[in-house]
Amino acid sequence: MTLADLLSAPPAVVAAGVDVFSDALRAQGATVADVEWRPPAFGDAADLAALALDPRRAAANRTAVERLMAAGSQLVDVRPAREVLDLPDRTLLHSGPPLTWETASGPMRGALLGAVLFEEWAPTVEDAEQLLASGAVTLDPCHHHRTVGPMAGVTSPSMWMWCLSDPVFGGRAYCNLNEGLGKVLRMGAYDDEVLTRLRWMRDVLGPVLREAVRSMAEPLDVKAVLAQMLQMGDEGHNRNRAGSLMTLRELSPAIVAVDAPSSDIARVLAFIGGNEHFYLNLGMPTAKLALDAARGIPGSTMLTVMSRNGTEFGIQTAGTGDRWFTGPAQTPVGLFLGDYGPEDANPDIGDSAIMETYGVGGFAMAAAPAIVRFVGGTVPDALATTERMYQLTLAENPAMAIPIMGFRGSPTGIDVLQVARTGWLPQINTGMAGRVAGTGQVGAGLVQPPQECFEQALRALAEEARTA
Amino acid sequence: MSDSPSRHVSLRSGVYGDSVKLMQVSRDVGARDGVSAVLVAMATPLNLELAAGMGLAPDTPASPDQLLIGVTAVDDDVLADAVDAVDAALAARERTGTTTDAIPPRTIGAGLDAAPVGGSVLAIVSVPGQYAVAEAADAIAAGRSVLVFSDGVPVEQEVALKRAAHDAGVLVMGPDCGTAIVSGVALGFANVVRPGPVGLVAASGTGAQQVSCLLDMAGVGVSHVLGVGGRDLSEAVGGLATLDALAALDADPATERVLLVSKPPAPSVAATVSSFAAELAVPVRSAALSPETPDLTAAVEALLADLGVDVPAWPARPGDGTAAPGAVLKGFFSGGTLADEAMLIAAPALGDIRSNTPLRPELDLALDPPAQGLSAPGHVVIDFGDDALTVGRAHPMIDPTLRLEAISDLAARREPAVLLLDVVLGHGADPDPAHSLVPALTAARRSGSLPVVVALIGTEGDPQGWSRQADALAGAGAAVFASNAAATRHALDLLGASA
Repeated sequence: MTLADLLSAPPAVVAAGVDVFSDALRAQGATVADVEWRPPAFGDAADLAALALDPRRAAANRTAVERLMAAGSQLVDVRPAREVLDLPDRTLLHSGPPLTWETASGPMRGALLGAVLFEEWAPTVEDAEQLLASGAVTLDPCHHHRTVGPMAGVTSPSMWMWCLSDPVFGGRAYCNLNEGLGKVLRMGAYDDEVLTRLRWMRDVLGPVLREAVRSMAEPLDVKAVLAQMLQMGDEGHNRNRAGSLMTLRELSPAIVAVDAPSSDIARVLAFIGGNEHFYLNLGMPTAKLALDAARGIPGSTMLTVMSRNGTEFGIQTAGTGDRWFTGPAQTPVGLFLGDYGPEDANPDIGDSAIMETYGVGGFAMAAAPAIVRFVGGTVPDALATTERMYQLTLAENPAMAIPIMGFRGSPTGIDVLQVARTGWLPQINTGMAGRVAGTGQVGAGLVQPPQECFEQALRALAEEARTA
Repeated sequence: MSDSPSRHVSLRSGVYGDSVKLMQVSRDVGARDGVSAVLVAMATPLNLELAAGMGLAPDTPASPDQLLIGVTAVDDDVLADAVDAVDAALAARERTGTTTDAIPPRTIGAGLDAAPVGGSVLAIVSVPGQYAVAEAADAIAAGRSVLVFSDGVPVEQEVALKRAAHDAGVLVMGPDCGTAIVSGVALGFANVVRPGPVGLVAASGTGAQQVSCLLDMAGVGVSHVLGVGGRDLSEAVGGLATLDALAALDADPATERVLLVSKPPAPSVAATVSSFAAELAVPVRSAALSPETPDLTAAVEALLADLGVDVPAWPARPGDGTAAPGAVLKGFFSGGTLADEAMLIAAPALGDIRSNTPLRPELDLALDPPAQGLSAPGHVVIDFGDDALTVGRAHPMIDPTLRLEAISDLAARREPAVLLLDVVLGHGADPDPAHSLVPALTAARRSGSLPVVVALIGTEGDPQGWSRQADALAGAGAAVFASNAAATRHALDLLGASA
């Protein structure tokens, strides 16, 4: 019994509050660790107390984070979105919380325009704009369809999707195929180069990948690839270099064996090999599977979604189901490509913050010293970032070990209550899209969610705790 | 030992370890007594071949993404321990010498995460009361006891915390708990007292300090002092922490007797506590202040009799000055229980005493704003440690400003009076209370006839030193007593109103 332990030996003390008591303990030669306590950054004291004392919370959070960590991810198929999602015609999925054409930012508009042109729902950009403005195209968040999409996340019926399955809890999650860097639809570009590539992906890449994936004797364990990436200098969000190469290694034998012209096979291999972010669109649905496994656990204060649509940042929690809590998306801070500068950057966009929600990306910053400077920091900054995130999270994921942290598991399961108490917001690594539709990528950097999301979520969780 | 060795072979998915780490795990577990072969490795073709050579090949098809664990040992028990050791080694965190320790914890939860595993660790929370519960809940969730020094914690939160602590097998001391001594470590306001056989459970901080100091002066030490918070024996809280603390002391080999120090408990709670105490092996004596038993010193003397220890002459210093005709009692206290004890002893002799913590509600000095109530005429006892007077300032045991102002104000009003004060020494308290009090008393006495009586709660071992403080205060003309009850009776003598 712990109570007996209490009296068994002079105790070491962890102290929060006035330092006069810590000083008195030190004067006695006792071991004292001081907490650098500060008042919560937000949240009504009664709400914080209601959550702190909710008898369901500890078990609910344990269940949530254990399901998150236990979930697996296997690549089982590649199919067009039309089939996979049973998408009605004239529906486009987008990243982040719900939005309308009127509220859509430049790169989101660009991607939507590109998708309308790609689907040939309108012949010209002007017609596409009119069509979207008229409301004739239904816009719906990816997250409402067990789907995630990087940056604009725009997914149209003819795009091919990775189909992932969780062998542990039986979930499914989907993501479109990564187009590469630079002028790409997900960054809001929609010129001929972009549309030509999308058509090639539709006509060649998708079918080849489908045949290859279906021919594999054992489905690719996508989660295991993510675990290994962290040992190889990737953090799984802004750096996917090792993961993309490992994916190429795993898929190549099956791709080569597909009955297709060798010129197509060669181009497919070159396309994958030339895209350092090819894995991202597999990592994201892997995280999505895990976080969907943690949905709907009353009393849990763990995040299940962080996501941005270029206008708003939205979060969901395990204890509040499908409800969105939103605030204005912030503009990332970081480094810019070519002549681009901060004024060219659009506010934060993309479902890819699912990686941080899962405990990698910015949370595993320490695993990726190679990109630390790219996102504007030093190696000690990266270690400090990951170290801070441990104080926001419920667990350390042993499957996602960070070598430089002594193979400590990545900080996993963001707790809304901890965010309020520490005053530290989750750290997200992200790409930056150009503010003007059609620009494409302008840089990459770091961003945080707006505090408003967490304020709303805390209120809602406390309300739910009181009525439970 | 059986003749045929025991064997474990398993495959795990979703776990990845680099080969260096896994080789270390294999080597370490292989070095255990009774373990003959270990292979912990990713299930690559090469490693599977190795496993087959060691008789550790898996029965099912394996993929390179899976972790293979194979162990052979002399028997099932050694095998099970070895497999556990593999798990522990895989989960073990290497310490790094990088900047990772540079981020200080911001919550008790994070602080306890970083604390050494095992051993006795407890948390102290002295953050503002409205936020204390989250920090205390962290400790309970981590399976650690916690002392909540904060005041202003809503009673329903106190009940919820103490229920959760009981279920988790840990103790919540407090809230609004001034004192604890755990295995000789003084937490909060506590005195330097010798170790010994008496365990204190205290729903009263300064009450516990008075009792432990007098015991020390009688040569009797304490095993532990567990402060349970001033409201613990109320109807609302129901003695939740008192019962757990009694049980803990009952199980503690160092504790031979228990003294329960409190203000008057709610009758139903008193009944629960005494029937619980009657079941324990350790003898429990109650020192609950009430009109019938108003005297903590008497309770200590009774306990000394139980122990067969002679009652010493409690240390004191004579003072000078006589009370003017018609003088009234002005009790300015920093300890709530000491104020209560003074009123309980003085009321039979003096009649009604007005207070901010009165014996009866109709005697309440509405201290809003405080200044007017503090200068109310007649017999008055003020508890400067009461929540209403500590908003936005430290406890009067640390910050004497408000009480010093009240003393100078009393002298200026020239109301004939005897001034009764407590001065509490020990860890956490003002490092030299006489330093500010002596000039204030000297100035007050100069402006008229104001005899001063001080209850000096402390020990020679305290950082301030009982005799050093007593001599300084006596030098300013104050009569000084180690016993608050004795000090109060001396004040009544000066008023010519001995009970």
